[in-house]
Amino acid sequence: MTKMLGGGEMSRCRRLLAGGAVVLFCCGVALAEENPRDPYEGFNRSMFAVNEVIDKYATKPLAQVYDKAAPLPVKAGTSNFFGNVGDLWIGTNNALQGKFGDAGIDIGRLLINSTIGIFGLFDVASELGLEKHEEDFGQTMAVWGVGGGGYLFWPVIGPRTLRDTAGWVVDSYVDPVWRARPTASRNSMVTLRFVDIRASLLPSDKVVDEAALDKYAYIRDAYLQRRRNQIFDGRPPRLDD
Amino acid sequence: MMKKIVAFLFATLIAAAVQAQEAPDVLIKQVTEDVLEIVRNDKDIQSGNTQKAIDLVDKKVLPHFNFPHMAALALGKDWRKATPQQQQQLTAEFRTLLVRTYSNALTGYKNQKIVYKPFKMNAGETDVLVRTEVLQPGSKAVQLDYSLEKLENGWKVYDMTVAGISLVTNYRDQFAQEVRSGGIDGLIATVAAKNKSLEVNLVKAEKK
Repeated sequence: MTKMLGGGEMSRCRRLLAGGAVVLFCCGVALAEENPRDPYEGFNRSMFAVNEVIDKYATKPLAQVYDKAAPLPVKAGTSNFFGNVGDLWIGTNNALQGKFGDAGIDIGRLLINSTIGIFGLFDVASELGLEKHEEDFGQTMAVWGVGGGGYLFWPVIGPRTLRDTAGWVVDSYVDPVWRARPTASRNSMVTLRFVDIRASLLPSDKVVDEAALDKYAYIRDAYLQRRRNQIFDGRPPRLDD
Repeated sequence: MMKKIVAFLFATLIAAAVQAQEAPDVLIKQVTEDVLEIVRNDKDIQSGNTQKAIDLVDKKVLPHFNFPHMAALALGKDWRKATPQQQQQLTAEFRTLLVRTYSNALTGYKNQKIVYKPFKMNAGETDVLVRTEVLQPGSKAVQLDYSLEKLENGWKVYDMTVAGISLVTNYRDQFAQEVRSGGIDGLIATVAAKNKSLEVNLVKAEKK
């Protein structure tokens, strides 16, 4: 929407209306300062603030306890297990994007790790040179030509574009962990996976805290860059300055 | 006459030495291995001693970075509007901030293996990308790429990308935000204040 009103037109309008239309002028300023990559910035910043509180008092302490209490093999096994569960859907997404070679590798990984790797606790496939991929339905939609549709920050699940939020809903719907029964074990598995992921991010907390002038913007821009990189499988076309 | 000949020979020798610059991929590999070798044997850095990591980065890594280019890249269009003095100040403050980021990342190093991707370069190229990967068990390898340019005094790094995130251009929106509200001087002041607050934290941490 706001993209349609370029800076030049805005200032021309302002000049025309200078004098009387104070209200319009104010709107113009607000629109001109809006970041086109972050149209819902007001909403996002409040959600970010909410999430910071949740993280500080619940998620992060939990992840720290897990990180300290669980011995390294347990943590590696946990990450490997959930990584293995995800490989079928990763392979499906690779196939949906037309990358059948990669899809084959993912299925190979799943077969090897589920058997020789003892239910996925050991990532034998990586040792054998079958590289793990990172795919999800949001990336598949991007490859199909669906635009990002604006950046959003959600409490707990974190940053997602509109497209990737929809992708995440699909990912969760087909996710075997979310489908596990009884409900109690599903809940503990979902929680364990969440805590495991958060724990793996603990070392980067300090880096981000100390690097960012504005933590919200730093995380947003990092997310958008990383997603672009994922969509292009690590080789995004260079952007001009 | 003899003196002149000796001087000439000497000059050619120096020129030849400068000409024989390392290839960019060799340089990255050498510096990385050098730094990681030290980190591997330094329990202080491994347990999060940022100051010690900063000293290491200062000595081993800084000479290979082109900070004015990094600052220009982070600032974008506004760089040309800045006075030479502002450019210099911003470069200095941004350097301090980046060195700290890099050093903090280094303290998180836990014996991960670095893989150097095959590199080829066309003759006469002056701007290249050297790709590496950090392998960690149980998760996808993390891409770590360096952009280098050829200057008179050798190849210099002007950007680093971690998992597709450029440590330099990730500042562009934040810098633009600061310039909008306080001009380029406002931006310099903000980065300087950030550095100062981190400095205070560091002193506090050391006293503990």
